[in-house]
Amino acid sequence: MVHTSLDVVDEKISAMGKALVDQRELYLGLLYPTEDYKVYGYVTNSKVKFVMVVDSSNTALRDNEIRSMFRKLHNSYTDVMCNPFYNPGDRIQSRAFENMVTSMMIQVC
Amino acid sequence: MEVAAGGGCGTGPPLLLSDSEQQCYSELFARCAGAASGGPGPGPPEGTRVAPGTATAAAGPVADLFRASQLPPETLHQITELCGAKRVGYFGPTQFYVALKLIAAAQSGLPVRTESIKCELPLPRFGMSKSDGEIRFGNPAELHGKKVQIPYLPTEKNSHKRMDDEDKQQESQSPTMSPLASPPSSPPHYQRVSLSHGYSKLRSSTEQMHPAPYETRQPIGQPEGSSSEGPGAKPLRRQASLIRSFSVERELQDNNSNYPDEPWRITEEQREYYVNQFRSLQPDPSSFISGSVAKNFFTKSKLSIPELSYIWELSDADCDGALTLPEFCAAFHLIVARKNGYPLPEGLPPTLQPEYLQAAFPKSKWECAIFDSYSESMPANQQPCDLNRMEKTSAKDMADFPVPTQDVTTGDDKQALKSTVNEPLPKDVAEDTATSKDCYSLKARPRSRSYSSTSIEETMKRGEDPPTPPPRPQKTHSRASSLDLNKVFQPSVPAANSGLLHAPPALPPRPCPTQSEPVSEADLHPQLNRAPSQAAESSPAKKDAIHAQPPSKPIRRKFRSENQTTENQEPAAAVGGAASAAMVKPHPTVQKQSSKQKKAIQTAIRKNKEANAVLARLNSELQQQLKEVHQERIALENQLEQLRPVTVL
Repeated sequence: MVHTSLDVVDEKISAMGKALVDQRELYLGLLYPTEDYKVYGYVTNSKVKFVMVVDSSNTALRDNEIRSMFRKLHNSYTDVMCNPFYNPGDRIQSRAFENMVTSMMIQVC
Repeated sequence: MEVAAGGGCGTGPPLLLSDSEQQCYSELFARCAGAASGGPGPGPPEGTRVAPGTATAAAGPVADLFRASQLPPETLHQITELCGAKRVGYFGPTQFYVALKLIAAAQSGLPVRTESIKCELPLPRFGMSKSDGEIRFGNPAELHGKKVQIPYLPTEKNSHKRMDDEDKQQESQSPTMSPLASPPSSPPHYQRVSLSHGYSKLRSSTEQMHPAPYETRQPIGQPEGSSSEGPGAKPLRRQASLIRSFSVERELQDNNSNYPDEPWRITEEQREYYVNQFRSLQPDPSSFISGSVAKNFFTKSKLSIPELSYIWELSDADCDGALTLPEFCAAFHLIVARKNGYPLPEGLPPTLQPEYLQAAFPKSKWECAIFDSYSESMPANQQPCDLNRMEKTSAKDMADFPVPTQDVTTGDDKQALKSTVNEPLPKDVAEDTATSKDCYSLKARPRSRSYSSTSIEETMKRGEDPPTPPPRPQKTHSRASSLDLNKVFQPSVPAANSGLLHAPPALPPRPCPTQSEPVSEADLHPQLNRAPSQAAESSPAKKDAIHAQPPSKPIRRKFRSENQTTENQEPAAAVGGAASAAMVKPHPTVQKQSSKQKKAIQTAIRKNKEANAVLARLNSELQQQLKEVHQERIALENQLEQLRPVTVL
């Protein structure tokens, strides 16, 4: 399902064209009939895509919250990138990054 | 909790142990027994007769422990007899505890009698032992300051807590300790010796010698204050003067800064080393090293990439992808620690925080310079033969060392400096800092270059860099001086050097010149031994001339010329020469310069030879690789030819 959402993200990006300045995208539309979850997409200026999957049982998170979460994610990601030992494409092993992610998730739940 | 010994093990007197004593003794017992049987019974001693092999302490470790208590052998003999071990033939828990109590009594000066153990006593003290447990014993007054001194091993942290509990209990329980507190330095001696044993194992032995000169000043005050020590402490004190002084410095530092993480504290030696490395990567100490440069550098340490990544994460506090000097030192230190086997911390320890290091770093700049100027004096003055001289240098260096910690507390470098140093030195130091730091970076650079010496050619080039006004002989002298200083530095701490180089085993692949340097420079060392003594004496006279670099170079040169001739007129002439232009020299100095030139040339020749050797080796290796690559190429071409006719046809 994540892959399908990625495809949709690509679609959207190519569709956006000149509006690439817009950093964020929200997908509330990917709701499968059986599995009710929401997928949010976020693209950075360097075309790095963040995909967030949220369970819909959690009464809908507000748009702002999602956006703040993505922003935090983006910041942590840039911090990870600063590390010269980190090869883009590797699995991120940064403890700070993971801590941030888990704290975010806990916050939501 | 009281333990009534006696039981079936003999007719020893009932033994009343306080909680702290109980804990200590049981630990010690566990240690001794565990060493032997592997299955000790460290809990409350059995009341019934204990079968050997279950809860007994083997004679070996017990004997070691007793010997570590610094008591004369007759006393130990008496103790073993009294505690009943001889009678029953083994050291059961009761015997062991009685023995420990008797040891405590003996160390407190009480006669070794069975009645002695009835009164409350301090814990027995053991030193000169590499075992960790012995370190903990001692006066609580000392322990409070000591608790942060327990060396690296993380397991010691548990002992911290227990020890603290013991301390508090001990304090509340034994008012009789107050008279015993009068020889407070004696337990510190023991403890520090053992501490430094552990410490020196992990660090290099440099630490002992290096800070010793500037630390002996402080301990000198201590022994004076504790004249009531027993005779046993004195021989120990003498032999452990160096080691103790180092630990004293540690205590001072820790008391000031209250940072309980020893392994993460960067010592002066290390800091210098790191700073030199930083400079080799990035000439400007105030700017930063880019990520890729740092990456290349740190990958040489052969740590795994995830670990390096983690270290970077820890040390790059502002996450900017570049390392400033304090960040670099923190990263380097973490790498060194990791290579020595320490697990990486979860977070950046407080002593490695950039703010902390930053506060310490302005010192390090002129520390480098000061070391450069005075490093000759330090190794030669390790023995407290000449207190005056040492006091000067030690005071100055003392100023350097406590300053980082005092910075944390006071936050004002110069104030701290002035408060610690009472001699005219602070003026110079302040002036030194006030005047250009570039001078020092320049001055330090030749030395740092040759010290870290990524390559000999670089060293020589850097030697040429510093100021042009000095004529050419001076340049060679600067090189030579840098060499000499390093020589003095290194041979005096040869173990340290190898230790230091060893610690980051492949960190920056040290070309062999650094290692062969001490060997080649050893013959020039004796000359410099005289240099230190002269240097220290003439240093006060030269303070005002230290400002600008050109005068300082002639000064150093004059030092050496003085040393070679050991003429006392030289200082005067040297000062005059320094004050005027470097060109104007009295006749004698010219002659010395020529001989100095020869020496400089010789050393330069030696360096060149070493460089040649290295390059030749490199060359041969590359040739080898080239051959291999050629062969591969030939093989591939053959294959290609074989395939081609097939396709063509």
